[in-house]
Amino acid sequence: MDQHPESNPILGRGNNDGARLFRAWFSELSDVAANGSPAAYVFVMGSTNEILKAFDLPVVFPEINSLQTAVRRVAYEHLNEAEDYGYSPDVCGYVKADVATQLRGGQHPMGRIPKPSLAVLTNACNTYIKWAEIWERMHKMPVFTLDVPGTREADGQTWPGNRHFANDRKYVEVQLRELIQLCEEVTGRKFDIDKLRQVLGWANDMSEGWRRVLELNKARPSLFNALTDGTIYLGVANGFRGTEAGSRYFKELVEEMEYRAAHGIGSLTDEKYRLSFVGVPCYPIFRRFNELFTDWGGTFVNSTYLWFASGGTNRGFQYDLARPIESLAEGLLVSVRDAMDSMFHQDRVLEAMIDEFELDGIVYHPIKSCRTVSTGLADGRRYLAEKRDIPSVFIESDMMDRRVVSEAQMKNRVDAFFEGLASRRQQQARSA
Amino acid sequence: MKEVVFSEWQGRPLDEVLLACRDLVESPDYPTVARWRAAGGKVAGHFQVYFPEEIVHAAGLLPVKMRGAPVEPTRADAHFGSYLCSIIKTSLEIALSGQVELDLFVSHPICDAARNLAAIWGRNFSHPCQILYLPQNPNSAGSVDYLRAEYARLLEVVEEVAGRRVSSDDLRASIAVFNENRSLLRELYRIKRETPWLVSAEDGYALTSIGGMIPREEHNDLLRAVLPQLRARQAKAQDRIRVVFEGAFCEQPPLDLVRVLGRTCYVVDDDFLIGLRWLTSDVPVDGDPLRALADSYIERSSYSPVQHDLRKPKEKMLLERARGAGADAVIIGAAKMCEPGLEEQVAYTRALDEEGIPYFVTEFEENMTSFDHLELQVETFLENLLFA
Repeated sequence: MDQHPESNPILGRGNNDGARLFRAWFSELSDVAANGSPAAYVFVMGSTNEILKAFDLPVVFPEINSLQTAVRRVAYEHLNEAEDYGYSPDVCGYVKADVATQLRGGQHPMGRIPKPSLAVLTNACNTYIKWAEIWERMHKMPVFTLDVPGTREADGQTWPGNRHFANDRKYVEVQLRELIQLCEEVTGRKFDIDKLRQVLGWANDMSEGWRRVLELNKARPSLFNALTDGTIYLGVANGFRGTEAGSRYFKELVEEMEYRAAHGIGSLTDEKYRLSFVGVPCYPIFRRFNELFTDWGGTFVNSTYLWFASGGTNRGFQYDLARPIESLAEGLLVSVRDAMDSMFHQDRVLEAMIDEFELDGIVYHPIKSCRTVSTGLADGRRYLAEKRDIPSVFIESDMMDRRVVSEAQMKNRVDAFFEGLASRRQQQARSA
Repeated sequence: MKEVVFSEWQGRPLDEVLLACRDLVESPDYPTVARWRAAGGKVAGHFQVYFPEEIVHAAGLLPVKMRGAPVEPTRADAHFGSYLCSIIKTSLEIALSGQVELDLFVSHPICDAARNLAAIWGRNFSHPCQILYLPQNPNSAGSVDYLRAEYARLLEVVEEVAGRRVSSDDLRASIAVFNENRSLLRELYRIKRETPWLVSAEDGYALTSIGGMIPREEHNDLLRAVLPQLRARQAKAQDRIRVVFEGAFCEQPPLDLVRVLGRTCYVVDDDFLIGLRWLTSDVPVDGDPLRALADSYIERSSYSPVQHDLRKPKEKMLLERARGAGADAVIIGAAKMCEPGLEEQVAYTRALDEEGIPYFVTEFEENMTSFDHLELQVETFLENLLFA
């Protein structure tokens, strides 16, 4: 088979279909906004799409809306508007971009965002809770917090068979049943457990596909760039979770990646350095940010972002369709907890990744907007440096606010990082 | 442990007692904790806000509120990036420097920064560093059962640290000690509300604050001795604006800032150190003590920006606090870089606007040292109200 993307339809399909699905999704949201039918606001870490799609509720991810304003270079207008409204410059940029979107009646560069009829959030990020309180006040609609207990101490995860796990799982299940009742009230529809089974089946396909796609990137050369291509896949993993279209997309994405692996087709023509990315991307200069690394032959083979921002679906948890609600509770507990672990205990995640993905270096990118992800990165880096001989670079900026993005300063540090990597490689070659 | 760790006040006149309390609060060295350890006691440090101190007290540990200190975080800075509040850094600083030695550290997922602490501390200390996962959906029918089990899990960790089992009677005895403490603190706040000229803002603050640094039995002894003396003072009421201060639920303003406020107005209610008085009424001492504690958190705990309970919208609760204290105005503070506090400021100011209650918005930091500018601003705000 021809390996050139322009003549081989399988290559680049994931990116093209991802973009197409995204446009269709926002087009649907614009229709929902126009006709005033119900929509649910959710977040990437524990979206509960499984329940919402069982009620055919269109879902809005305000985090994705906000990052789109940064990628499309209009975030600063939104941030200014929210700051004029009263929000401090030190509040999360995602929140502020969304506040501005709400104040604009849902007008957004990708279309029109409907008002929420319901918001569902987990505790994976505390700002989710504060954010939903803003909608509660603005729109006077119900907000449901799905509380998912996380890991209590490093390496302290519990599993089925453990009484502490049983307590946590039971708490999540009680809440899911309460959420189902709330969805019935909001939509006026009766809950259909067979519909839930169907949605869970599609979600299973997506989780397994996502796990497999991430695993396949251990290939040399790596098959996709976790920072750029990965973000497209991540968008589909979230926006289309529990849908037939999402299921098909991930089956085809696995097919593309397996084809690439079999034919040695990588994301870069000359992969010199395999990197892992820790944190949230710098969306205000997204393309240029990536080029800071690819210009040196560096590519991101994995990232903690693809783990936590998929709500832990990277684990590939498979729901048991014979006991859907119980299994959904268990899956959400295990997956959302994993998302939190890949932020708070990122040192553990990276330690395993170093060997499995044959990393040459780690890029830490803490950001002003997100203290959930960023607070522990400096300490985790110190800890990992003591345990493993792995070069890393620590660059601070933001995912939304270009006022704290200093491209020249970042470039200096990244250049020095790669010079160090090159020098290290020369030394290793000499001593070999 | 029967040894007294804070004896400086005993046998002293009221003014000297209050001075001793202020000195202890301002010390970055937590000397009472060091004395407790020197006598062979173990220490459980807990980070803000809603920690059930009864559980560690029942095991014979000293519960210490880790609320930072007015120090430069020279060691801790290397463990954090930018854009973080001060208390996160200085709490780690005093532990890394050895100013406070712990046998157990417990934090809660109250905010995005704090929820990282158990992992960070766990990478730096050999003692257990835990998260107590308080329910963030207190409106769920499953929340009390869940929290009861979570408290039981914490108790197992505490027993391991203490090296002894804790009985239900031990827990009930501790609940009784803390019930008395809650009652005494409510009385202190009654004095602040009803006769604020009898206790200055800084003294009220210091009397509350040291409860987080000494055994609660000692705190009860102190308050039992001091409160009647405050009531008996002969001070006269002055023509001052009555103010509620809101925004110190976690990081605390320096005592000097509280002093500045007290010079210019009567602080008749506040959320200073709400984490030492977050249960708003007594915990039942009969029945299952862990369930009683869990039920109290869900049903009878103070609001704060880091608790989301559909029954307690924060702006409504603030209005209730202001009305309940007969306040003329509200000062809305937030610690620098405190995201929940800063976010809540928007809701607070809009609610106060709607009710026509004057307010002043500011930010503070625990180790700030200059107050002239702030004092001038507050004075101007208050004078505008006085002469309106």
